[in-house]
Amino acid sequence: MTAELTIPNQTAPEDDVVIHHRTWKDYFTFSTDHKVIGIQYFVTGFIFYIIGGLLAEGIRTELATPDADLVDPSTYNSMFTMHGTIMIFLWIVPAGTGAFANYLLPLMLGARDMAFPKLNAVAFWIIPPTGLLLILSFFLGPAQAGWTSYPPLSLLTGKVGEGIWIMTLLLLGTSSILGGINFFTTILKMRIPSMSMMQMPLFCWAMLATSLLMLIATPVLAGALILLSFDLIAGTAFFNPVGGGEPVVYQHMFWFYSHPAVYIMVLPFFGVISEVIPVHCRKPIFGYGAIAYSSMVISFLGLIVWAHHMFTSGTPPWLRMFFMITTMVIAVPTGIKIFGWLATMWGGKINLNTPMLFAMGFISTFVIGGITGVMLAAVPFDIHVHDTYFVVAHLHYVLFGGSVFGIYTGIYHWFPKVTGRHIDETWGKIHFALTYVGFNVTFLPMHVLGLQGMPRRIAMYAPEFQGLNQVCTYGSYVLAISTVPFLINAIYCAYKGKPAGSNPWNALTLDWQTTSPPEIENFEVLPVLTTGPYDYGDTEEEEKELTAV
Amino acid sequence: MNIPSSIITLLLGIGLTLVSLWYGQNHGLMPVAASEEAGHIDGLFNAMMTISTGLFLLVQGIIVYCAIKFRRKPGELGDGAAIEGNVPLEILWTAIPAAVVLWISIYSFEIYNEMGGFDPSANDMHAMHGMPAGKGSAMAATMDGMPQGSPMIAALGVGASPENQGKPAAVNVNVLGLQYAWIFTYPEINVTSGELHVPVGKEVQLNMNAQDVIHAVWIPQLRLKQDVIPGTQTQLRFTTNKVGSYPLRCAELCGGYHGSMVTQMIVHTPEEYDTWIASQQQSAQAQAEIVKKTIAMNPANLSPGKYLAPYAKEMGVKPEMVRHLHQQHDMSKSIASVIK
Repeated sequence: MTAELTIPNQTAPEDDVVIHHRTWKDYFTFSTDHKVIGIQYFVTGFIFYIIGGLLAEGIRTELATPDADLVDPSTYNSMFTMHGTIMIFLWIVPAGTGAFANYLLPLMLGARDMAFPKLNAVAFWIIPPTGLLLILSFFLGPAQAGWTSYPPLSLLTGKVGEGIWIMTLLLLGTSSILGGINFFTTILKMRIPSMSMMQMPLFCWAMLATSLLMLIATPVLAGALILLSFDLIAGTAFFNPVGGGEPVVYQHMFWFYSHPAVYIMVLPFFGVISEVIPVHCRKPIFGYGAIAYSSMVISFLGLIVWAHHMFTSGTPPWLRMFFMITTMVIAVPTGIKIFGWLATMWGGKINLNTPMLFAMGFISTFVIGGITGVMLAAVPFDIHVHDTYFVVAHLHYVLFGGSVFGIYTGIYHWFPKVTGRHIDETWGKIHFALTYVGFNVTFLPMHVLGLQGMPRRIAMYAPEFQGLNQVCTYGSYVLAISTVPFLINAIYCAYKGKPAGSNPWNALTLDWQTTSPPEIENFEVLPVLTTGPYDYGDTEEEEKELTAV
Repeated sequence: MNIPSSIITLLLGIGLTLVSLWYGQNHGLMPVAASEEAGHIDGLFNAMMTISTGLFLLVQGIIVYCAIKFRRKPGELGDGAAIEGNVPLEILWTAIPAAVVLWISIYSFEIYNEMGGFDPSANDMHAMHGMPAGKGSAMAATMDGMPQGSPMIAALGVGASPENQGKPAAVNVNVLGLQYAWIFTYPEINVTSGELHVPVGKEVQLNMNAQDVIHAVWIPQLRLKQDVIPGTQTQLRFTTNKVGSYPLRCAELCGGYHGSMVTQMIVHTPEEYDTWIASQQQSAQAQAEIVKKTIAMNPANLSPGKYLAPYAKEMGVKPEMVRHLHQQHDMSKSIASVIK
């Protein structure tokens, strides 16, 4: 085989969008095409995002007043239980790993599909019925014990819903493990022969780290849930103190998965940001090796920090200290990434379009989540703020300010690739402004509420907290409204947007070296690597900079 | 004006440091500190706030500066400089955060020690299950007054500060959490209360257990929190230094009315505390007398009003209120309707 240039033939004129190879019907089938599956994941996830978001608005509306006056307090508990479960297991995990990784990995690696296409389709098709099952539990007496579902409370309230909740999570966990096997194998085995590990786009490194976590941590959650279901259904006493069980063991097993889950939810978006920033700043990523390896370090450290969720639980002091130090250390690889992104921006020619704005928004909000994360790791301080609104603020800065901003960054960046058309910039910027403002108004005051003494997961609170809670509630309405321009813009532009051509950003990674939308097997002729993924930049400029220094 | 950029950077750095130092001390985000240890924790928080403010301003500043300074002007073509990295710089921003978090860890370690987190008697794993295995009897056991305060039975949680280690606390309180209330039993003086009363300046030990699900005692003004776990005894030990009344909240989701599981911790002066004990013991005595009387008398001979009067008094119901009720609602009628 002779070496082919990576740039596809530009025979079609710019405004002639390549004919869609897929019709809408394909998206309702058991398709094994990774691109179809990616879109299936995203759209399904977004529908659940809207449901979870509506629940959040219900929660915030309830909290606009100190009394439990909108819904019954136990219904309120079900609402935040469902909100957490849906947002984590049916939106961020499927959108991050399912949608982005499925769509992008084969394209970036120069593969025609994932390593196990059928397994991939199975992993996706577990999700819609499982999600519906979870929603159905709302009408059968839903779970009320929070997404953490600590026994003994979870064994005493909303038993039918709790059973469904356990089954839902087991199924979603299975889907996640199947996905993890696929990503891991694809990254290691499906690269084009000319691409070494150190030439992979950083998104692939991030997914390698993520898939390891999915494979190592998820089975432990399954174990915990199966034992919990025995306690619930068969009356065993693994975790039930009535009968000699130990509820704290459940917490260990739960967090052994659920802390790495945070990294499963955020590492893919570290990858997304690493892709987006160099392209729109027209500069190489600053410190490729450091950013690639820091993903692996985060993945490893992520496995040995779980008990920092249990500092006020039944944990001996040495354990509190050990987990404090490991948790603090995670700030170092995370900092390497953040400084690397900032240094990439520094001296660039930044195109302030919507994907870049969301990427900058990501750094701006995620850094707050990171800072409060280090604070929470300090045991004496954590003892004060554990289980308060400070933690609620922190986790939303990580999972919304991190993951959801990352999702939007990726959507705006790859929209031309997926649809072959541009998404409207003006509406994109309006979406960004509303999201950024709404997000910060909703979650920044929660830090203060927590420090001042408001616990989380309460339907009724002391009247002195009402003012700040109302600010949060108004912010959440702005955040809800911000989704509307995005949805209209995205749906309209997918069909009527300006044709984008195959590589509107002049990007160098392989995903941009094929048609938009990519043809069914991705590449007409398999590409050969001619440049590194981030070889942007003007070498003359570099010399000028060097002489200036 | 032609000010060298290094001087501007230096000035910005000094400004950033000063703002961080000021805000770290003056954020006013914490509630009143009602113990010495709470003050130490605030010191740790202030230190972290100072570093955080600096880092926050640095990162946001760079983002905004980049957005303005390095923004692509309309019609501008070409790329930025092809700089792929800078090893000394990367080492610098790995080493500095590593040093900072290490310092915070050591600082936290010290504060945790001062709080009594390392009190060996509070964390003896072998004695962890101090409670009898029959969890259903937790309530009864607490009411009877468990043999606590002795180093033999210890629990997880925050123990005595280093200078008090090995000594029993001045006041021992058994705490029982149940959906959705707290019951505080003072085994030494035989008093049971729904509020936590403590004398200022004396070391207090809470020996905690839960009856049904996991609860958590949180006293924000003491910066203390500890899960209260059914079947496992946990403890908190503290010394207050400010007289006042502070909320004591449940912080671990325990069911629908979790949010209303709030009571007060009242920190008394020693004299007030003695008065409170006396009043409690008196009322306990009165209660005992009532019980005696009730047994001695045949309740059938008493009118319901007379029979219930002591209990009404106990519940804080005033005779006027009862009379008022009578006016509005003829009791005998309603009773008759019930019988029918």
